[in-house]
Amino acid sequence: MVSATIERLLGKSVRRKEDPRLLTGRGTYVDDVKLPGMLHVAFLRSTHAHARIRGIAVEAARRRPGVVAVFTGADLAGKVKPVPCGWTLPNMKLPDHPALAVGKARYLGDAVAAVVATDRYTARDALDAIEVDYEPLPAVVDQEQALRPGAPLVHDELGTNLCFTWSVSGGDVEAGLRQADRVVRQRLINQRLIPNSIETRGVVAQPNPATGELTIWSSTQIPHLVRLLLALTLDIPEHKLRVIAPDVGGAFGSKLYLYAEEVAVTWIARELGVPVKWIEDRSEAYRATIHGRDHIQDVEIGVMQDGRVVALRAHSYANLGAYLSTFAPGIPTVLFGLMLSGTYRIPNVAVTVDGVFTNTNPVDAYRGAGRPEATYLVERAMDLAAAEIGMDPVELRRRNLIPRDAFPYTVVTGVTYDSGDYEKTLNRALELVDYAGLRAEQARLRQEGKYLGIGISNYVEICGMAPSQVLGAAGGGAGGWESATLRVSPTGKVTLLVGSSSHGQGHETAFAQIVADGLGIPLEDVEVVHGDTGVVQFGIGTFGSRSAATGGVATALCVEKVREKAKKIAAHLLEAAEADIEFEQGKFYIRGSPEKAKTFQEIALQAFLCHNYPKGLEPGLDATTFYDPSNFTWPFGTHIAVVEIDGETGGVKVRRYVAVDDCGNVINPLLVDGQLHGGIIQGIGQALYERAVFDDNGQLLSANLLEYVVPKAAQVPAVETERTVTPSPVNPLGVKGIGEAGTIASSAAIVNAVVDALAPFGVRHLDMPLTPEKIWRVLRAGRPAAQGG
Amino acid sequence: MRQTIQVRINGQERRDEVEPRLLLVHYLREVANLTGTHIGCDTSQCGACTVLLDGDAVKSCTVLAVQADGCEITTIEGLAQDGRLHPLQEAFWEFHGLQCGYCTPGLILTALDFLRHHPQPSEEEIRHAIEGNLCRCTGYQNVVRAIRAAAERMSAQGAQEVRHG
Repeated sequence: MVSATIERLLGKSVRRKEDPRLLTGRGTYVDDVKLPGMLHVAFLRSTHAHARIRGIAVEAARRRPGVVAVFTGADLAGKVKPVPCGWTLPNMKLPDHPALAVGKARYLGDAVAAVVATDRYTARDALDAIEVDYEPLPAVVDQEQALRPGAPLVHDELGTNLCFTWSVSGGDVEAGLRQADRVVRQRLINQRLIPNSIETRGVVAQPNPATGELTIWSSTQIPHLVRLLLALTLDIPEHKLRVIAPDVGGAFGSKLYLYAEEVAVTWIARELGVPVKWIEDRSEAYRATIHGRDHIQDVEIGVMQDGRVVALRAHSYANLGAYLSTFAPGIPTVLFGLMLSGTYRIPNVAVTVDGVFTNTNPVDAYRGAGRPEATYLVERAMDLAAAEIGMDPVELRRRNLIPRDAFPYTVVTGVTYDSGDYEKTLNRALELVDYAGLRAEQARLRQEGKYLGIGISNYVEICGMAPSQVLGAAGGGAGGWESATLRVSPTGKVTLLVGSSSHGQGHETAFAQIVADGLGIPLEDVEVVHGDTGVVQFGIGTFGSRSAATGGVATALCVEKVREKAKKIAAHLLEAAEADIEFEQGKFYIRGSPEKAKTFQEIALQAFLCHNYPKGLEPGLDATTFYDPSNFTWPFGTHIAVVEIDGETGGVKVRRYVAVDDCGNVINPLLVDGQLHGGIIQGIGQALYERAVFDDNGQLLSANLLEYVVPKAAQVPAVETERTVTPSPVNPLGVKGIGEAGTIASSAAIVNAVVDALAPFGVRHLDMPLTPEKIWRVLRAGRPAAQGG
Repeated sequence: MRQTIQVRINGQERRDEVEPRLLLVHYLREVANLTGTHIGCDTSQCGACTVLLDGDAVKSCTVLAVQADGCEITTIEGLAQDGRLHPLQEAFWEFHGLQCGYCTPGLILTALDFLRHHPQPSEEEIRHAIEGNLCRCTGYQNVVRAIRAAAERMSAQGAQEVRHG
């Protein structure tokens, strides 16, 4: 019997179900997978960012003890299709992307050969015995330079480095800019970032020659899409492939693709008929895994003297790198360009994006994926406009916010925000941080030659991807739905098989809460299985803060199906009409007689026994739901950063960071706060520390974790989080998504704060990362232009 | 040329023949099959591979297996006793100090060594102590909370043991 007092689990800060194994070293990450007879693969990466490959001498490597095989692009040519791209824009140029380079290497991550050996040390050693005859070619790393006449061509056959030009507009931006009292123009560099999940990528492929099946373990966010794309690329029947995403050590968008290595390693395993493993080194990850951001944005904002923003125009040059990664075309266009209204009513908006090939890592989604680039642009522009007309940046924002009663609100570029109360998060954040008090303190400190800055960032993001038809119309090559299956055992224990697999988010807990709450059973009676195409029906995957709003909703709808069927069985057992059956806390009873209840467990047993069972009803309580959302969801919030500038060193100290977010209904506050903490610090990383740097030859100067600064514990603040709750009307759970919110908001908040601090020096804008040197130069350049204000 | 080493890992004696160049972390993972110790970089920045070597936290990617000859090694697998989580593991669980879990073993072992020398640390001291451990998921906030809570519990436990000891 279940106790009568089962607590509601939705909305509770439940400790995570996945933690005991991870805390005791019993997780299984892909490098923990060991198979009998397994060989190890190492890839030889190109020495040059751009070079013709005239020849590759592999014999010496092949002869080394312990080396089983060496493959080059020539071995795969004609047998393996190019690594595909999963997003298509009109008139987009799609160059071939061979899994191992053929003819030319186009960036440092291009693999020119693969060694297979008995252990990873031997495989790595053998790379040194391979001789490649390169003809180095001039490289191009900057997207603007890549568009100039005479620039080196990354893909000769295209005749240009321009992959696509994409634009969207609403209203009449020319007229808006003409009408504006003031127009502010600014170039913003949204620098290239390296995602740096602490676990790198890795693949294990195991063939079963007896059945022709192949099992792939990959550190991926999208096991089902990897299976589909692998099947197409390698001509393997999809049902003969099983892809498992085991425990995944972080991803942040960087494991959201079919990578060349997944293709090559699977092909090698099939070719050799033995299991093989490849684990990426960190320095290798810097060269071969996708990078993020890398926009050059020219923005014009037109504002009236009373603070009304009347026009926003942007042109972004988006660096795509050497090849089109799986979702690359969608990130700097749809996920960026449609978000340029931010939280504001702007009557005229126009954006054009040039997607450009360069001799650099492919650029694709990194936490926020297009939306941080959009939020940064909008929120920097708001501050620039405020400074231009001499208005407080809060006041300017307030005058332009979409009001609470305007939802659902359709922005001029076409997307419809589901629900929001932007003034509420703004007001609460201002109150928490004591905005008026801070402004007074700032003025006082300036008199003493100390520089305090306050930065505001309002954001709204596009989440819950996605209505499949909309995704298709935008160029996405997959559906946007998600799926859930509930298996109910005779003892009433339940297994949820869900399509969105976790890489740290805590799905095993959050989804179990949905199930346990919906069926009125203890949390420990629910097991959540994800990330294995061999057992899970299908899944689109985990990205774009979509899991709660798609997988979570699929789960909730599936629970409803189970409950409805259980009701029929209960009605039969209680000899009552189904319409008279009530369900509460795991018990079914006739309305008004809760004392004669049937528990969920009793009904589960009867669904197995079927001894006393409704006529015509199928045995079993299992159910499957595929859920396609009717709209995106639109989380929002206000973040405020308070920074202090070190007058001696130019260092930035984040004194306070206040975040008031609204992600709709919350399933588990502990997890929501965790997502925000991590996300905010990643955004602070972009604002203050991180930047991938290539030299003109395409060599990566920030080549490893020594030279690329990710935030360390002592560099970052503890953040203060609060929430408002504006449920999404899009789905029955009322959830929106929270995985990327922190990152989307925080870079702009920090930069706005630093620029605010440096306003007395006449600073209008500084590009990220705001290193001590950059600020020190500002401080050194001159005394403040004016005291106060 | 292979060399014989003898180590005690989580209380268990082992003798193995290893290549002199074998890194301790690869020895632990590949030879001793203790895969709870993770590898996150190749420049000794990330700290995911931190273990205790004769009680001191070391990055096991910067130690050769042969250098550990004769030493006592504690890995994450050796922390829970008789099925009971260590107070640090318990606090990381309670305060949501981990997300993907990949950096967690290293963070916990770093914290264990640190708390031994600083039983009542401030938040700032904790943040400095874990500077050699990178975490990309948590923003460190709940990691710091967890270490602080564990410190309090371990101090209280220690005091109790002294009183009852």
